[in-house]
Amino acid sequence: MTALSIRNLQKTYANGVVALKGIDLDVEQGDFFALLGSNGAGKSTAIGIICSLVNKSSGSVQVFGHDLDRDPAAVKQCIGLVPQEFNFNQFEPLEEIVANQAGYYGVERGEALRRTEECLRQLDLWDKRREMARELSGGMKRRLMIARALAHQPKLLILDEPTAGVDVEIRHNMWDLLREINQQGTTIILTTHYLEEAERMCRHIGIINQGEIIEHSSLSQFLNKLSAECYELNLREGLSDFVDQSIGGFAVSRLNDLTLQVEVPKEQSLNNLFALLSERGIEIVGMRSAQNRLEQLYMDILANSRRENG
Amino acid sequence: MKRASLNRIAFQTIYIKEVLRFMRIWLQTVVPPAVTTALYFVIFGNLIGERIGEMDGYNYIEFIVPGLILMSVITSSYSNVVSSFYFSKFGHHIEELLVSPVPNWIILMGYICGGVTRGVVVGVLVTGISLLFADINIHSYLLTLTIFVLTSVLFSLAGFINAIYANSFDDISIVPTFVLTPLTYLGGVFYSIQLLPEFWQNLSLANPVLYMVNAFRYGILGVSDINLGVAFAIILLFIVVLAGFSLSLLQRGVGIKS
Repeated sequence: MTALSIRNLQKTYANGVVALKGIDLDVEQGDFFALLGSNGAGKSTAIGIICSLVNKSSGSVQVFGHDLDRDPAAVKQCIGLVPQEFNFNQFEPLEEIVANQAGYYGVERGEALRRTEECLRQLDLWDKRREMARELSGGMKRRLMIARALAHQPKLLILDEPTAGVDVEIRHNMWDLLREINQQGTTIILTTHYLEEAERMCRHIGIINQGEIIEHSSLSQFLNKLSAECYELNLREGLSDFVDQSIGGFAVSRLNDLTLQVEVPKEQSLNNLFALLSERGIEIVGMRSAQNRLEQLYMDILANSRRENG
Repeated sequence: MKRASLNRIAFQTIYIKEVLRFMRIWLQTVVPPAVTTALYFVIFGNLIGERIGEMDGYNYIEFIVPGLILMSVITSSYSNVVSSFYFSKFGHHIEELLVSPVPNWIILMGYICGGVTRGVVVGVLVTGISLLFADINIHSYLLTLTIFVLTSVLFSLAGFINAIYANSFDDISIVPTFVLTPLTYLGGVFYSIQLLPEFWQNLSLANPVLYMVNAFRYGILGVSDINLGVAFAIILLFIVVLAGFSLSLLQRGVGIKS
């Protein structure tokens, strides 16, 4: 079943800014989907329309078969939103914020409080339940928004840059939690600027640029488009006199005495590279991807799109 | 889940949240109108009122009691909804409601009932204080209570509309200062319009607060400058128009959606 189906969605704001130019998008049930795009590309507008925070100009949105125009309540009942900005009452205790949100979705108070405990424990916030939201750290506030979005057990969870500004440990914990939620059957749509996050978590991606979807495919299909990957090699001994050159089809450049950068074409294997370097007496002690693969492709596709649009 | 059940639970949630909000800060929301009204009773009722003598057959302090109670109800209901709804817009937590399946009329009803509750709490407190200063026998409890609640609903709706259009904290104080206070003071709280020259009497009839104050005064004292039927018709008309307008604003997302 399709969790989200968007057809010809357009949005022009009152000031004349065209945020969406008729996008089509499908997200299957159970998917972990990344919606990527630079600032102002139209991601938040699209999410705002899906979640009834922004009025669309035209087009249609269906969530689990419910049409946003015909049955907005049924659409809303399916969705849990974690927005980009903190949007809870800073002067309310955490327990009230989460339980009230469940109440807005028709969850009886007793059950709402039970779910509140479950969600706050899951997000490691139960000890803070009686504290005012303004007393939380930035990372805790982000987790509070996730707990609030989960309180009514949504079928579709939408997260708009959920890990922006949180430290590495919390980010990894959030990733684990989101994976777990997804494995339990909740469809997840994520927008993020951390492409490593999208590559680690998501099965499908959509790239939006200047109000248009310019890529919509599975992550593996998308990554197959990468013609070459770039690696940084750490050397055992310094190469102060190395001149940038092509070695057996690999473009090798010197970053510093102890580091080389190599571009590996898709049809080439790393074994060949190591053999060629060994022949030249270059010993490798470590290597890492010079650039995240998704990031590399993302930058390429954005550059192409900009060239095509003049 | 059945819609009726969802609506009931959502309404309860909004209403309880609204009541807890003003009760949590009772020193700012409940006590000030009581103190202000007590001062009115001391100054206008006891000190100046004794020199004024009778009005419509009642001591001046007895005459102003209904108007002062209603004035505190009007101010409390209005300010409760305008500040609560505007604050939820300002802090973006109105989005908690907008993303949820709560129908607009339930959102409106939740906020309005919150405003009415604060109006009733303050009104009961002020009535209690007035009994310390004036010997009052209520003419009709039913009429008094009905006007009390209807007025509170009307001004809660007005506060809601103000909050929808407000873009800054200044905007939520301009209407109370430049519209609400003059209308209330010139709405027959402190005087009978029979004392005014004919032109000003006729002009006063354009003031909706006059109808509420007089209907409320009739409920308490049994005297009014205005026909009771006309007063009820005008109050109900205002409620229907303001409620319809508020719902249409919510439906279109004016001030809360882009």
